[in-house]
Amino acid sequence: MGRETYLVALLLIPFGGQALAAEPSVARQNEIRHLVLQDCGSCHGMSMAGGLGLPLLPEALRDKPKDSLVATILHGRPGTAMPPWKPFLTESEAEWIVDLLLKGQF
Amino acid sequence: MRVLATLFAAFFLLQGCASTSLRGTGDLGVVIERATGSVQVIDTTQRSSLGQIAGLGDLSHASVNFSRDERYAYVFGRDGGLTKIDLLQMRIVKRVVQAGNSIGGAISQDGKLIAVANYEPGGVKIFDSTSLELVADIPAVAENGKASKVIGLVDVPGNQFVFSLFEAGEIWLVDVRNPGKPLVTKFRNVGKEPYDAMITADGRFYLAGLFGEDGLAMLDLWDPQAGIKRVMDGYGRGQEKLPVYKMPHLEGWAATGNELLVPAVGRHEVLVIGQKEWKESGRIAVHGQPVFVVARPDNRQVWVNFAFPNNDTVQVIDVASRTIVKTLKPGKGVLHMEFTPRGEQVWVSLRDENRVEIYDSASFAKVGEIRADSPSGIFLTPRAHRTGL
Repeated sequence: MGRETYLVALLLIPFGGQALAAEPSVARQNEIRHLVLQDCGSCHGMSMAGGLGLPLLPEALRDKPKDSLVATILHGRPGTAMPPWKPFLTESEAEWIVDLLLKGQF
Repeated sequence: MRVLATLFAAFFLLQGCASTSLRGTGDLGVVIERATGSVQVIDTTQRSSLGQIAGLGDLSHASVNFSRDERYAYVFGRDGGLTKIDLLQMRIVKRVVQAGNSIGGAISQDGKLIAVANYEPGGVKIFDSTSLELVADIPAVAENGKASKVIGLVDVPGNQFVFSLFEAGEIWLVDVRNPGKPLVTKFRNVGKEPYDAMITADGRFYLAGLFGEDGLAMLDLWDPQAGIKRVMDGYGRGQEKLPVYKMPHLEGWAATGNELLVPAVGRHEVLVIGQKEWKESGRIAVHGQPVFVVARPDNRQVWVNFAFPNNDTVQVIDVASRTIVKTLKPGKGVLHMEFTPRGEQVWVSLRDENRVEIYDSASFAKVGEIRADSPSGIFLTPRAHRTGL
């Protein structure tokens, strides 16, 4: 409970002048967290430290534009093993994932 | 009266200890609990869990090999941890964190060496199987000076190991008859991005699946001088690939004697390769992107599970007719299937349902289940005697 409160507080603090993603419902958040940990995690590691896929820890992503991270999630990266997740995630959900990844909250 | 009851209880407890202190391990195995870094020791005769061992680190990807006496399991974890556990005493014997990120390993033909394939830093480390002391370190640095992730590590006859370099597209054969001085033979330009590999049961043919192109790279260990042969080139026939939401695993490739059944990459098909000509002899349309394609030990059936979002399904292929004879929907997150040594049961892990289900492979009836926390890989001790593992 305490952790969720903290999370919401963090999301409300704007950073870098970028708009923050609209938050999915709590139930959907749980589904997405599960997807990121289990299904993204099958290549990127459950701790996001990398596997066959690149690490998704904040220090690995910080220098990359947020737009391109969102685009990578939605459309994949042709020529690599990264598939498009657009059939399963909306754009704002992908943005929400990127926000959390940048904060190391997976 | 209470004292008497306590005495009786103590007596039966002692009896219990005595009767469990001597037992074989041939019907035991290990289930990985990927989210909690623990394993359960299972008994396939009783169809039960004997207990849990915790403290194995990050097991979000893990694999297991066994000592030749089938008493010890070596668990390779995502965090580079190599943990030796005692299945009888149900405890960790030794644990070393030997790299930043590892993918799997193999035990040598003589049982004395454990080789571990690493992603970070890429390479293979070889350990003494008793003490887990480092014996040799083989960095996977390709011709261009870049390090590669190592995948598809297997042992082969002659106390050798074979593995593939993902980025470099190379296959290396390592002779460890003199363990401290490994002799490495390198095969270059085998194809783009070998992502996993398998060895046929006789230890003769090493096949690496390629992610970056349609095809497989094959090494005949009876004639390594002949070099790499390409198999099934262009099986996608130029058609656009479907997205792959989980990498297929080739360790479980089904070799049915004359044929290999392998998962296609980016296609919802199982490919059939005739082993005589090493050419495609058919393909079987299946429910999704296949992940594990596992033959029942009698080679009459092949069981297949699938990548997200089709990972709630298992299909059974009848090898003779190449048709799907059963589609099961055990639940969410089917990650792995393991047959008992003679194939009468198959154990199926359901990650999102927190259970492992046991099926009768003839009737397809569910005959049992055990609870487990986010179960993934299931590894039974007879793997100790299979070349490659």
